[in-house]
Amino acid sequence: MKYSLLGLIKGAGNHHKDWPAAWRQPEPKPAYDVVIIGGGGHGLATAYFLAKEHGVTNVAVVEKGWIGGGNTGRNTTIVRSNYLWDESAHLYEKSLKLWEGLSQELNFNTMFSQRGVMNLAHNLHDLRELNRRVSAIRLNGIDSEFLTTEQVKAFCPIINTAPTIRYPVLGASLQRRGGTARHDAVAWGFARAADRLGVDILQNCEVTGIRREGIRVTGVETTRGFIGARKIGSVAAGHSSVIAAMAGLRLPIESHPLQALVSEPVKPVLDTVVMSGAVHVYVSQSDKGELVIGAGIDAYNSYAQRGTLQVIEEQMAALIELFPMFSRMRLMRQWAGIVDVCPDASPIMARTPVEGFYINCGWGTGGFKATPGSGWVFAHTIAQDRPHELNAAFTLERFSSGALIDEHGAAAVAH
Amino acid sequence: MTAQSHRNPTGGRIDRARTLGFTFNGRYYEGHPGDTLASALLANGVHLVGRSFKYHRPRGIVGSGAEEPNALVQLGQGALTEPNVRATQAELHDGLAAASVNCWPGVRWDIGAINGLLGGLFPAGFYYKTFMWPARAWRAYEWFIRRAAGLGLAPREPDPERYDGTHAHCDVLVAGGGPAGLAAALAAGRAGGRVILADEQAEIGGSLLAGGGTIDGRPARAWLDDATAELAGMAEVRVLPRATVFGYYDHNYLGIAERLADHLPPAERAGRARQRVWKVRAGRVVLATGAIERPLVFDGNDRPGVMLATAAQAYANRWAVRVGDRAVVVTNNDSAYQTALDLSESGVAVALLADLRAEVPAALAQRLSRAGIEVAAGSAVVDAAGGTRVTSAEIRRLGADGTTLEGPARHVPCDVIAVSGGWSPAVHLFSQSGGRLRWDEAIAGFVPDISRQAEVSVGAARGTFDLAAALAEGARAGAAAAHAAGFGDGTATAPAANAREVIAPRPVWRVPSAGRGKAFVDIQNDVTAADIALAAREGYSAVEHLKRYTTTGMGTDQGKTSNVNALAILAHATGTAIPAVGTTTFRPPYTPVTFGALAGRTVGPLFDPARLTAMHPWHVQAGTRFEDVGQWKRPWYYPRGSETLHQAVARECRAVRTSLGIMDASTLGKIDIQGPDAAKLLDLVYTNAWGGLEVGRCRYGLMLKEDGMVFDDGVTARLGPQHFHMTTTTGGAARVMAWLEEWLQTERPHWRVYLTSVTTQWAVAAIAGPNARRLMAELCPNIALDAIDFPFMAWRDGTVAGIAARVFRVSFSGESAFEINVPSSQGMALWQALMTAGAKYDITPYGTEAMHVLRAEKGFVIVGQETDGTVTPGDLGMDWIVGKKKPDFVGRRGLARADCKRPDRKQLVGLLPQDPKEVLVEGAQIMADAAAPPPVPMEGHVTSSYWSATLSRSFALALLKGGRARHGQTVPVHAYGKTSWAQVTEPIFYDKEGEKLRG
Ligand SMILES: Cc1cc2nc3c(=O)[nH]c(=O)nc-3n(C[C@H](O)[C@H](O)[C@H](O)COP(=O)(O)OP(=O)(O)OC[C@H]3O[C@@H](n4cnc5c(N)ncnc54)[C@H](O)[C@@H]3O)c2cc1C
Repeated sequence: MKYSLLGLIKGAGNHHKDWPAAWRQPEPKPAYDVVIIGGGGHGLATAYFLAKEHGVTNVAVVEKGWIGGGNTGRNTTIVRSNYLWDESAHLYEKSLKLWEGLSQELNFNTMFSQRGVMNLAHNLHDLRELNRRVSAIRLNGIDSEFLTTEQVKAFCPIINTAPTIRYPVLGASLQRRGGTARHDAVAWGFARAADRLGVDILQNCEVTGIRREGIRVTGVETTRGFIGARKIGSVAAGHSSVIAAMAGLRLPIESHPLQALVSEPVKPVLDTVVMSGAVHVYVSQSDKGELVIGAGIDAYNSYAQRGTLQVIEEQMAALIELFPMFSRMRLMRQWAGIVDVCPDASPIMARTPVEGFYINCGWGTGGFKATPGSGWVFAHTIAQDRPHELNAAFTLERFSSGALIDEHGAAAVAH
Repeated sequence: MTAQSHRNPTGGRIDRARTLGFTFNGRYYEGHPGDTLASALLANGVHLVGRSFKYHRPRGIVGSGAEEPNALVQLGQGALTEPNVRATQAELHDGLAAASVNCWPGVRWDIGAINGLLGGLFPAGFYYKTFMWPARAWRAYEWFIRRAAGLGLAPREPDPERYDGTHAHCDVLVAGGGPAGLAAALAAGRAGGRVILADEQAEIGGSLLAGGGTIDGRPARAWLDDATAELAGMAEVRVLPRATVFGYYDHNYLGIAERLADHLPPAERAGRARQRVWKVRAGRVVLATGAIERPLVFDGNDRPGVMLATAAQAYANRWAVRVGDRAVVVTNNDSAYQTALDLSESGVAVALLADLRAEVPAALAQRLSRAGIEVAAGSAVVDAAGGTRVTSAEIRRLGADGTTLEGPARHVPCDVIAVSGGWSPAVHLFSQSGGRLRWDEAIAGFVPDISRQAEVSVGAARGTFDLAAALAEGARAGAAAAHAAGFGDGTATAPAANAREVIAPRPVWRVPSAGRGKAFVDIQNDVTAADIALAAREGYSAVEHLKRYTTTGMGTDQGKTSNVNALAILAHATGTAIPAVGTTTFRPPYTPVTFGALAGRTVGPLFDPARLTAMHPWHVQAGTRFEDVGQWKRPWYYPRGSETLHQAVARECRAVRTSLGIMDASTLGKIDIQGPDAAKLLDLVYTNAWGGLEVGRCRYGLMLKEDGMVFDDGVTARLGPQHFHMTTTTGGAARVMAWLEEWLQTERPHWRVYLTSVTTQWAVAAIAGPNARRLMAELCPNIALDAIDFPFMAWRDGTVAGIAARVFRVSFSGESAFEINVPSSQGMALWQALMTAGAKYDITPYGTEAMHVLRAEKGFVIVGQETDGTVTPGDLGMDWIVGKKKPDFVGRRGLARADCKRPDRKQLVGLLPQDPKEVLVEGAQIMADAAAPPPVPMEGHVTSSYWSATLSRSFALALLKGGRARHGQTVPVHAYGKTSWAQVTEPIFYDKEGEKLRG
């Protein structure tokens, strides 16, 4: 049943009794053409585009918990495409373009809100870097502007731009097409749309092993039994190394907790996303009115979705430095996700030495924005058994060849 | 009219001797010390306190503490305002001003209530299904949604108040000061352990403050007074009232938010910290956090006047407030019988107690009937009628399975409905600690099951609702915790109380509908039972999906009263058992914590305090403009008169090149390295070889990360056979120190080498220029200064201007230069002596900007400016520094990779703009083709760009694809819509042979 205002009006008449399940809860089939491990946004998007763009519909997404329960449902939802290197810029821009039509494509309101993403510069080094980025991004045909301190103040009046603060705001870059989206809606929207095309979404189905015959995969062992698969795509974020190990591969990935938090909801005060590497915090305000705040990873490795209080204390100090008026706001909820950090802060979306086994990981602190684009290119890679030109550089081999795509600058403050 | 219409003349824990005036929504009322805003409002007969989030339905006070979902107010005004404060937790003070949130123009007449009429259009998650057409309109729809959402108002001014943070250790931390917690603290304290007892309320006592009962044969309240007095007398026990244990982190690390001044009128807060966050590392933790009463889910259960039974009881007993004139009590368990009695005693006419259970507790029922209160067994309130206040309750008999209604409806007029739907142990902290929960059928609630940390739950927090048993559990746990920490023998005697026989509650999660109205599960977020059913139908049947889809439990109360009801209704809707549905993850904080309190003192000047050199006051006096480099304030340039940056820098550069400049170089990182394996460490972390370096000499080194990319650089001197002095970049000092330690501690633990950061032990003045040696000769009698005795890249000990100094002959400017290191305490004296003696050479202080120009003229790179983590030594033209014969160093393997050997890597070049007056933008991109439309292929970027007074023209450094082979070419350089042309050159513009710096 198509989602629409008309539908809601009809529903109002009959207590909304007719809305069907957004996706089926099927039993696993004995085998699929493609099994996607990980029911996060990236996995679900991959399944959707496999069905939609490549006609591969005999697909299962296996999720150990509930879909969107990993980083997809834990992230601070910043979407932007202002990346430095060409490879990244083109990939994230493809994704941003998909975001721009995603609600309609999925018939599910993902609340993608292009309220702008502003990165502040606080010292001369920041300014140099910012010029470099803005120049490169614009030459790549992507929107990006430089704002002076006065323009920053005009665009977001509640930032403290006083020259007397510890690290005064010296300028900013702004991507107006950037913004935020509703994370759960992205998972659910892709799930519903994929389900409509025949994809089976198998929740509470944890992959515990990968079966191989020689160098070819034949299927996955799961808590719901063995499921045969001609091809397997692993899209397991913080647990990617664990899955890869099941296929006999080692990944250059470190898993770290990344925390975020929200304040109690208040009436609108902040109408854009503000990020600062030097003061080390970023903040936006959700449609529910909460301030959504994040910063950096916890330095140790972990698979437990918990972080330390100290990181939160530092975030709060940084936030108050930039927004002294937020001091009396209150922390309502804090949490952590496990992010998969690559040495060069760029993802891996590629075939592997194991035939039929594909990996999509390494998104670290910033993969939400890539969700539709990642699914789109990864579906291509699996269906065609070769990368799309947009992800051709994001190989596993780059760590042995040295052809890295270093985006540490872009991830200076995690997002 | 200020009479407290619903306050009894006696009783309660309030101080009637003082009267406090306050306003709510602009009206003046009075209360007493000991009141919360909620109790004071109720004392004045005010129930209607707000409007709901989505439908803007009138809402009243539901609870009496942290669980309150409804009564959120905007507290205080101006800079002191605070949104979304629970009226039940705001202590009353004189002059308090509060207002309802989320209604306009007012709480009685609220425009938003129109949403209520359209309610059918807004089921759970409606926004996912609409607002999609036309695509561009979403931001317009969203504008309205955002304005409708949110509750209170953020302050608009900086916070004038101050916060504290502190760390503490203890043997036993007791969270919660009710009977179980008190018994635990007493037992642990008596054994001699260091104890912290924290309770969120203004008074310690928990349920004893509102309840009756006897302990050790005396009224419980008398026992409470003795217990708190005894604790106060124990030297090792710290009792923290107004202190919420809000978070339980790994390794028994807990956060406590203590409110120090919120209960005072603003005038009395001056000079005090408002709140303090305690960070406690506890040996053992006793969780005595009590239980939270659940509402019942029936139609109209959100009307003002419908409240939790314990809350009604607490208002009667603790605050001597009659919550209404005529009450109906409805319960599925025993506890509300006492509520009915207490209400009746406080002067509220109790019309009826409806017990969902067919079998009622005989003794209690008898006591009620003696008090003239009818008990309706097997019955429930199925609808509450009314508008801004409940006016009557509809009572029906329940069918045997709890899903049907029987018999005729009775409409009982009342202005209060006191509800008890059973109890949920407050397992929040336990769950945060990583513990696993178990569904307990007997109490119909989740209880702690498997612990992951050194804690134990006691009393109601683990489902032990009986007072005697709770006291015993507390005492046992306290003694055992102290024993585990080495105090006492682990035993304790518990105070005695009467045990009671309890009949199990009858869970009827959704009281059958009489066919009208909405039944709310999450009152704050306006989630109804129908919403949960819809979510289940649509497949959002995982608990977390349900929460997120319907927003149940996502409000400021984090579902304290709603989570279990929601879960149970979901289980029912999906035909599963509650334990199979699972439970949600409880996340910190237990109740909201002020951002400012978490930041503590690290705000304003103490936010990342600036690091200043010993000579800083001189720079300030000289009118220096500073630049932030890492945490340091460094002189950027020293304008004279009305000089611009450009003019000042040109003058400073000229002075260095022609006579004498002086720079404060104290900020460079300095690491003292000692031990038999010191040289091995240098060989490991630098690309070049260090074994052969003689004592008395220095060497420049590049550090790489494992991937072969440049990470830091600096000069290191050999002070002795096993002793080195390393310098790092200013911003990289801490990073390098951590890096070296990581290698030593994790990879080479057997090496004997010891690192000490000495960055701030030394003050450093660098003097540079043709007259540098002459000045040194005057001030430094005991060092031979000629180029043979004291060559370039050597160091000597001696005195400079009478100050013991270590002098390095190194140069970043390209001129003959001396870096004079003295103990920090002598830095200012040295600087002044140099300035005085140098006057004859017109000694000129120069800042980082001039330094950058000078070094760029010389082709010296700055790590972090010419490099960005993607640059190898070879890219910088520094292959000479990579030891070819060294068996290993960090980054060697990385460098061996194919990509690092590509001839067309980006390499360091010089650029001379075609227009010699044009200074290129640093960060400008070099295009492959100036005419190409976007995406334009890019080949590199400008890393440094300056006007050179020495060259009388502009110049730049850049990284350019295959740049070393492209000297002489002209390339297009682009930034902000402007394309300029520049010629590619060698990256060195001054004294190519290096005669000056060696001379
Ligand atoms: C706090 C935080 C803030 C962030 N903020 C931003 C931001 O603002 N912007 C941005 O772009 N990105 C952000 N990110 C990063 C972003 O969330 C992730 O990069 C992105 O969501 C990853 O999506 P995914 O689908 O790959 O992973 P996930 O959503 O984590 O999905 C992986 C799934 O795999 C499942 N799984 C794991 N192991 C198994 C197994 N053995 N069997 C079956 N299933 C398994 C997991 O349960 C999980 O559901 C943030 C991340 C965090 C933690």
